[in-house]
Amino acid sequence: MSQAVKEKSIYADAFREFSGRRAGEPVWVSRLRGDAFESFEAAGFPTTDDEDWKYTNVAPLARRAFVPASAAAEKLESAAVETFVSAEARRSRLVFVGGVYNHELSSLEAIPGGVAVEELGAALAGEHAEVVREHLGKLSGERGDAFSALNTAFAGGGALIHVPKEVEVAAPVQLLFLTAPGEGGSASFPRVLVVAERHSRLDLIETYAAAGGDGAEYLTDAVVEVFVGEGARVTHYKVQDDGDAAYHVASTRADVARDGAYELTTVTLGAQLSRHGIEVLLGSEGASCRVDGLYLVGTGQHADTHSLIDHRVPRCTSRQNYKGILDGRSRAVFNGRVFVREGAHQTDAEQSNKNLLLSPEARVDTKPQLEIFNDDVKCSHGATVGQLEEEELFYLLSRGLHPDLARNLLTYGFAEEIVEGIKFESIRAQLDSAILNRLRARLEV
Amino acid sequence: MHATVEGKEILRGIDLTVNKGEIHAIMGPNGSGKSTLAKILAGHPAYVVTKGEVLFEGRNLLELAPDERAREGVFLAFQYPVEVPGVSNAQFMRLAYNEKRKHRGEEELDPLEFKDLLAERAKVVEMDAGLMSRSVNEGFSGGEKKRNEILQMAVLEPKLAVLDETDSGLDIDALRIVSGGVNKLRTPENAIVLVTHYQRLLNYIVPDHVHVLYKGRIVRSGGKELALALEEKGYDWIKGEVGGQQTAIGA
Ligand SMILES: Nc1ncnc2c1ncn2[C@@H]1O[C@H](COP(=O)(O)OP(=O)(O)OP(=O)(O)O)[C@@H](O)[C@H]1O
Ligand SMILES: [Mg+2]
Repeated sequence: MSQAVKEKSIYADAFREFSGRRAGEPVWVSRLRGDAFESFEAAGFPTTDDEDWKYTNVAPLARRAFVPASAAAEKLESAAVETFVSAEARRSRLVFVGGVYNHELSSLEAIPGGVAVEELGAALAGEHAEVVREHLGKLSGERGDAFSALNTAFAGGGALIHVPKEVEVAAPVQLLFLTAPGEGGSASFPRVLVVAERHSRLDLIETYAAAGGDGAEYLTDAVVEVFVGEGARVTHYKVQDDGDAAYHVASTRADVARDGAYELTTVTLGAQLSRHGIEVLLGSEGASCRVDGLYLVGTGQHADTHSLIDHRVPRCTSRQNYKGILDGRSRAVFNGRVFVREGAHQTDAEQSNKNLLLSPEARVDTKPQLEIFNDDVKCSHGATVGQLEEEELFYLLSRGLHPDLARNLLTYGFAEEIVEGIKFESIRAQLDSAILNRLRARLEV
Repeated sequence: MHATVEGKEILRGIDLTVNKGEIHAIMGPNGSGKSTLAKILAGHPAYVVTKGEVLFEGRNLLELAPDERAREGVFLAFQYPVEVPGVSNAQFMRLAYNEKRKHRGEEELDPLEFKDLLAERAKVVEMDAGLMSRSVNEGFSGGEKKRNEILQMAVLEPKLAVLDETDSGLDIDALRIVSGGVNKLRTPENAIVLVTHYQRLLNYIVPDHVHVLYKGRIVRSGGKELALALEEKGYDWIKGEVGGQQTAIGA
């Protein structure tokens, strides 16, 4: 009881102050925020009694009074930012520092006319206000948890991406959320809304990173909503490389229209505690999604993925392939639900989660769940937890590879299936070096 | 040398000397311990040497880890080559090659330099270039796997190569090509031990010595004509003799 009261006071004052600063926002936004904050206050942070949070204890972050980031964000030199920019998105990026949009560090030169890539606040005041109003919170509100509600209440830095019908955006759009050194104790609430109208195409790279000074404890609470229009295709990469001591809680929710395709690949490298909730609604015939991911954690890290792929109507396809590499004293949770509703005939769904434990102290809880409510379907799922194969290791050793290199190479091989599916070289390179550096490897690729 | 696996004695007193420039063939019935011997030389952790030693250029090989042995020049072509998913064949061979170069204090080759070298060595076994970019042995046919083993031998240029049934699974043309490759790799400075079931291989790669391994012992050694005799008479002849001997001793 005392805990709940304490939580209330932590964010209640901050919310009052925040609302004051946002007095100029449209009424519907203030109302959305107010309602969200109320539902957050009512629910409070989840505890491990909550089935969905059984293996992930957020008490340490719930206890801390993180301060929602304000405009007075730390300055970052552009050179410090460049290293986090995907080469392919040099001229199509929005950069946020400590949860606040930074115009100088951003570049939109490669965005074609008619396509909106805007800071969310600006979008609310501009010509796309209606698009935002029509979509914002439509996916996160309904089933949103306390973290989503808290995000809606405080959503500060964020973006609207609107691609009109039949437009292909050639360059990937990168949303780069950086935390500057000295931002320990702060919370940021990135909020992203993607609306891809029918037959449009978009590649999105969503990146979280700590720029310098890895040790700061901060909270990232992100919500991303993606609307994939009829026959449209959105390819979405999320790279979470927050600082070692950071907390990262995020949800990604997508709604895919008829014959649309949503392809999400997540890469989880950072944060001491991370939780990613994914929800994809396949609500019109012919819709499809691919949801792939790789989590790579070491001592002191806990990474949780909860996903739900909801086949609501006939003839939709989903593919999910998640792989985890756990080293040292680390922990991962994978909970993947595939829901095939009563009328969803000829559903084609595959799900797999494979884990590689590199240390006896690493632990993973994996639970793939297929829930099928009709029998005209093609579904498969499976999960494995294993170690490096002794015979493979011996084979590499027998060719003269040092044991460290041999282990790293096998680990690399395990991840390769996910890495090779990544379209952008910059992300592949980042992953290669993350895999190999973390494992102290000497393999140049 | 005596050795056990999972507490079971498999090798019961192997005595074998292989000199530089020599080719030895080891034959023997299934389960007699041929692969066990080969894997022990390569340092497989499942096998325990309970008695005896293995000297390689004057050093006790058994004191070296498997990767050290390889860098010193010991090579095993596996009877069942292992698939390594997600690791490209070319990348794997470059890493192995560079480990060896570093060991000798030589500069490593970068991927481009190595590509040329690999293309050159691939000719030795007429290996399809498409197999280089695929994962090591993954989805390779039986014959392709065996060819890939000899390609690795060509890249690593070992001092002692043990080829465990490299001929099994090769078609008639492939057998000729791969044998030709092995012959090209032969020098007065290296030695080759062939484990095989078929005298046919020995028409292509002519051994200096042929040994018969039976129940963990070398029960007979001879020249290449021994292989011909085995082909003709099978192993019963030797089994009978050995059995007879043992009975005699026991009596
Ligand atoms: N890891 C192991 N565990 C248990 N038994 C083993 C193991 N490895 C080998 N053996 C046994 O040791 C014996 C010798 O096996 P080995 O593979 O050396 O035979 P081989 O002469 O190579 O036979 P083949 O001609 O069929 O290849 C066999 O009885 C085999 O079952
Ligand atoms: Mg054998």
